[in-house]
Amino acid sequence: MSEKQAVIRVKGIRKTYLMGKTKVHALQGVDFQVMQGELVAIMGASGSGKSTLMNIIGGLDYPSSGSYFLDDIEVNKLSKNDLADIRNQKIGFVFQGFNLLARTSALENTELPLLYDRSKRIKNHKAAAQKSLERVGLGNRVDHFPNELSGGQQQRVAIARALVTNPSLVLADEPTGNLDSKTTVEVMKLFQELNEEGVTIILVTHEDEVARYAKRIVELRDGKIIRDVEQTPDSAARDLEELLARRARENDIEEPEAAEAD
Amino acid sequence: MQTFRLVKVAGKSIIKNKMRTLLTMLGIIIGVGAVIIMVAIGEGAQGQIEQQIENLGTNMIVITPGAATTSGASQGFGSFSRLTGEDAIKIRNESIYAAGVSPVMSSFFAQIVGGEGNHRASILGVTPEYQTIRNWNTTSGRFFTAQEERTGKKVVVLGQTVVKQLFGTRDPVGERVVVNRIPMEVIGVLESKGQTPDGNDQDDFIIIPFTTAQNRIGGRSFIRQILISTYTPQDIPAAQEEIGAILRESHGLAEWEADDFQVRNQEQLSEAAQGTTEVMTALLAAIASISLLVGGIGIMNIMLVSVTERTREIGIRMAIGARGSDVLTQFLIESIVMSILGGALGVALGVGGSSLLGSTMGWATAVNPETVMIAIAFSAAVGIFFGFYPARKAASLNPIDALRFE
Ligand SMILES: Nc1ncnc2c1ncn2[C@@H]1O[C@H](COP(=O)(O)OP(=O)(O)O)[C@@H](O)[C@H]1O
Ligand SMILES: [Mg+2]
Repeated sequence: MSEKQAVIRVKGIRKTYLMGKTKVHALQGVDFQVMQGELVAIMGASGSGKSTLMNIIGGLDYPSSGSYFLDDIEVNKLSKNDLADIRNQKIGFVFQGFNLLARTSALENTELPLLYDRSKRIKNHKAAAQKSLERVGLGNRVDHFPNELSGGQQQRVAIARALVTNPSLVLADEPTGNLDSKTTVEVMKLFQELNEEGVTIILVTHEDEVARYAKRIVELRDGKIIRDVEQTPDSAARDLEELLARRARENDIEEPEAAEAD
Repeated sequence: MQTFRLVKVAGKSIIKNKMRTLLTMLGIIIGVGAVIIMVAIGEGAQGQIEQQIENLGTNMIVITPGAATTSGASQGFGSFSRLTGEDAIKIRNESIYAAGVSPVMSSFFAQIVGGEGNHRASILGVTPEYQTIRNWNTTSGRFFTAQEERTGKKVVVLGQTVVKQLFGTRDPVGERVVVNRIPMEVIGVLESKGQTPDGNDQDDFIIIPFTTAQNRIGGRSFIRQILISTYTPQDIPAAQEEIGAILRESHGLAEWEADDFQVRNQEQLSEAAQGTTEVMTALLAAIASISLLVGGIGIMNIMLVSVTERTREIGIRMAIGARGSDVLTQFLIESIVMSILGGALGVALGVGGSSLLGSTMGWATAVNPETVMIAIAFSAAVGIFFGFYPARKAASLNPIDALRFE
């Protein structure tokens, strides 16, 4: 194995939101690094600061204090325009709600980041988008509109869009949150494959079954890291069974309630 | 280039939302169309008035009663001004510049019976010089002679419309008509001069000798003008001065009294007429511009709604690396493209509308390329002006908030 580079270095990051007069300390001093080729799952209860951290790593927001380096660039000191360029060239974002443009084909959605690429590294936008869609297994769906695709397929278009600029880092905030268990497994397998091809990925989840695909788990509580462990990722097959079983149990509990409500 | 790509993005967005695009453009389409139609009407009127004044004749001076300014005090009680036959005679006798002099007595709505029916038209009482001053030919028969004029012969020259009404296509020369119960002989028919821009028929009248008019119609008629021609165009300024002096003497005006008449040449007449139509054109254009302004506000309105509606789209674009300026440019281009497109459709509407108006109403409407350019440039400006605020609003959105927007 060759020498691994740190893709991101987060030092003493704090984020405080002002809600009227009260201060919400969403992040209270977070330190960690992610090396090239890692697949990290950030876990934690709702409100623990996962999305806040992802937004800062993704260059969508500035920390209140602390410093954040991406590929040795101190991102927290960049101007808004430079931050936009970092988002464009170094980061691929995947959202829970897919966030594709409606009435826009899979190919055009995938092409979109290249429109704003001021570095002009990639000459042929269509070819790059096509290749990216093939990489996520949607080579035969390029002309489909989002409303003609299943949830899993839409999320794969979003992943293709995140990959099209060859970013240093792919960020995914609850990427399987809107998917059923079968497609959750498919999407997680895709993340694993991409990671094996060398893509560095950080994803947020609150499901243990999803986190098991990761090589490393970082757990947040009240804006602080309380656990940071390496693990051997589980195989997809075993996991699928467990996930299906758990969701089936949850449905069993919910169903009588729903019946009563009727 | 980046801007070119953003034009494509804006174009796609416009095509994908046809209904919204059409509604946005509607105000501009109507506004630009209205401006072009209004200006075309105004300019058409102006062109026709100019031509009409040229048609009046060459080397002509027109005397009309009344002071040049109507501002009060100098016009005392007894000074109700009139032109008289004596004025015309005095000018003919004393002026060295006047080649021809003709008083024009006019009476509206004489009853003319003859041929196949009866008809009401206005009567002009003039001298034979009127024909040469106005350079007006007969298509049939002849104008009356000085002899006929002096002796008050009951002869009449008809305008084309009167001929059509009474005789159809038949040549009326030699026929008899009864004008206000006075039988007269038709001796000629004048060539057609068509319509004025405001729709007045210039062929709907008859001409009789001045003396005849004085003797037979006198009571309800008055001398509306005295027309004078000079030998050469160079004589005109001197003639105006000379005739002014003759008339002052004729009217017995004291030195401190202002003229109670106006002596104007063709240029001055056309200036006056142009002044009126220019004001009319400006007024019409101003009214139409208001609709263009309303159209601009419509664009702003829909763009603002569109920014709110597309907050999520803006968030997505920003998340994947669009700068604020990219978003601003995209929205600005969208509104500019829509307003220019609307402007172009408005031009089509305006050109179509004014030629339709021209042909159905018989108006001379003129669309000049200048108006079209101005209209399109103006609508682009409207697009920039009214598109800027919504575009800036879009650009200033925070990507996280925009993404969270439902
Ligand atoms: N824009 C904001 N304004 C105020 N408080 C916020 C804002 N965003 C997040 N928070 C608060 O910060 C804390 C962490 O939120 P978040 O990072 O979204 O948590 P998670 O993604 O782990 O559920 C929560 O208490 C949340 O209410
Ligand atoms: Mg969250």
